[in-house]
Amino acid sequence: MENALTLHQLSGSARNIGTIFRKELRSYFNSAVAYVVIVVFLAIVGWFHTSNLFLMNIASLRLLFEVVPIVFLFVIPAITMRLLAEEKKTGTIELLATKPLSDAEVVLGKFLAAWALIAAALLPTLIYYLTIAMLGTVDNGPIIGGYLGLLLLAGVFVAVGLLASSFTDNQIVAFIVGFLMVFAFYMLDKVLMYVPGWMTSIVEYLGADFHFSNIARGVIDSRDIVYFLSVLGFTLFLSVVSLERRKW
Amino acid sequence: MAIAVRNLTKFYGQEKAVDNISFDVNTGEILGFLGPNGAGKTTTMKIITCYLPPSGGTVEVDGLSIVNDSLAVRRKIGYLPELNPLYLDMNVLEYLEYSAQLHGLDAPAIRSRMREMIDVCGIGDVRHKDIGELSKGYRQRVGLAQAMIHDPEVLILDEPTSGLDPNQIVEIRNLIRQLGRAKTVILSTHILSEVQATCDRVVIIHEGKIVADGTLEQLQQNFRGAETVTLELKADVANAMTDLVPRLQTVPQVESVEYSGSDGASHRFILRAVNGSDIREALFRQAIAEGWLLLEMSRRTTSLEEVFHRLTTTEDVAEHS
Repeated sequence: MENALTLHQLSGSARNIGTIFRKELRSYFNSAVAYVVIVVFLAIVGWFHTSNLFLMNIASLRLLFEVVPIVFLFVIPAITMRLLAEEKKTGTIELLATKPLSDAEVVLGKFLAAWALIAAALLPTLIYYLTIAMLGTVDNGPIIGGYLGLLLLAGVFVAVGLLASSFTDNQIVAFIVGFLMVFAFYMLDKVLMYVPGWMTSIVEYLGADFHFSNIARGVIDSRDIVYFLSVLGFTLFLSVVSLERRKW
Repeated sequence: MAIAVRNLTKFYGQEKAVDNISFDVNTGEILGFLGPNGAGKTTTMKIITCYLPPSGGTVEVDGLSIVNDSLAVRRKIGYLPELNPLYLDMNVLEYLEYSAQLHGLDAPAIRSRMREMIDVCGIGDVRHKDIGELSKGYRQRVGLAQAMIHDPEVLILDEPTSGLDPNQIVEIRNLIRQLGRAKTVILSTHILSEVQATCDRVVIIHEGKIVADGTLEQLQQNFRGAETVTLELKADVANAMTDLVPRLQTVPQVESVEYSGSDGASHRFILRAVNGSDIREALFRQAIAEGWLLLEMSRRTTSLEEVFHRLTTTEDVAEHS
């Protein structure tokens, strides 16, 4: 009986998350946001990828995997900034919060929608893979690892951007705070020379790009996966707490 | 589907927004929640709808606690928040569908409820339009349709007619009256005529406290004591104060007489009657007996506006103004 109840609740949760997810994704594609993001993303990534490809004369997507995280730094806070800030600004958060669903379901649905949009922007870059595969022999390990790493990195950035959006009802503030937070995450393993010796391994471990680089080499280590999933989970948890601040 | 509010208190930081209020809403009743702006109406409604937790006290909706059974309570309530927030980039159909899905309705139920709400709220013509393009009146209808999409037993409407033009106000009031027949409704407003037009009972709240609770007739009855009669009469006397006032005082049921001025031979008075009795007939007979010429006599019953004004004006403010 108890199991049946939890199962029932779980399916209800999944349905609520799905409802939020579809609504958010639809509003991305109904407005210009999704198209602008995808076009800008592809234009920047495409330029950096192709401009040096023939100079290097190696059939790899290494350049792509180097530039995409940097583009993520700007693009992801831009797509997450409105997720909660707008609902707070317009007051629709009150509608959402008085419907029979939990704050966690709201956060998860919104997170998945923004993540899916990034995945959709990433999808056309597979064309680069196809063209390179025609030009030479490709080592598939780093490619699979690279895409997996990008998705995980995007997941963490989206969660961080969503958290920033939960802090404020001002989208510009949400963007700037989100950008600063993902930038800090990204830069952590690049400032090791300024960090006291005993802290370097800790700081390096916390840096997102460190783990991304590991995965993008084609070495899929459970430590890196655990890092991404735990940061992601913890950040989403903070977003839920931040949403529930009104109840304090 | 009764609502029971008991000793509800809410602090925002140090500030007490709602101060130990208790009231009941009975099943099938339309309760007007009346008070000046900032009296604590919206806060109370936000607590009943589970948006904000109470600082103290309890609220039960059909025996379910808003704190412990929050999800179950939210399923039973339809809520139109203050200022009617809406997703302006969604069209009406999308928005109603979204609301229905969030209430966990299944697909056939969603279709039939959407049809019914579009029909009842009269938004068929605009159903494919983005909400951002709609006029305020239509937005309010969409807000009401959203609040009732899951056929809730309780409707909580926070200032449902604010910002509408007079025609729209009448339409929305009729809609609420019509919908409220089968539901328990709490409707907040700072406009008295709204309560007179739509509500069965009224709770007046002021500075976080309940200052009156009852039907409109009961309220009017309770504050009858202040009923006055204005009198103007012509009499050839040297001094109205000393010659006329004592004579008027002898009329049965007259509590007090106030002299308010003379113009030649005509003198004006304001008389207060004992607990709401009608003294006009006695005054007329007195005037005949004394040989006064009656120029004007009018009774002023306490209007609900005055009751409301008196209840919701702070003592010290009243003294100074």
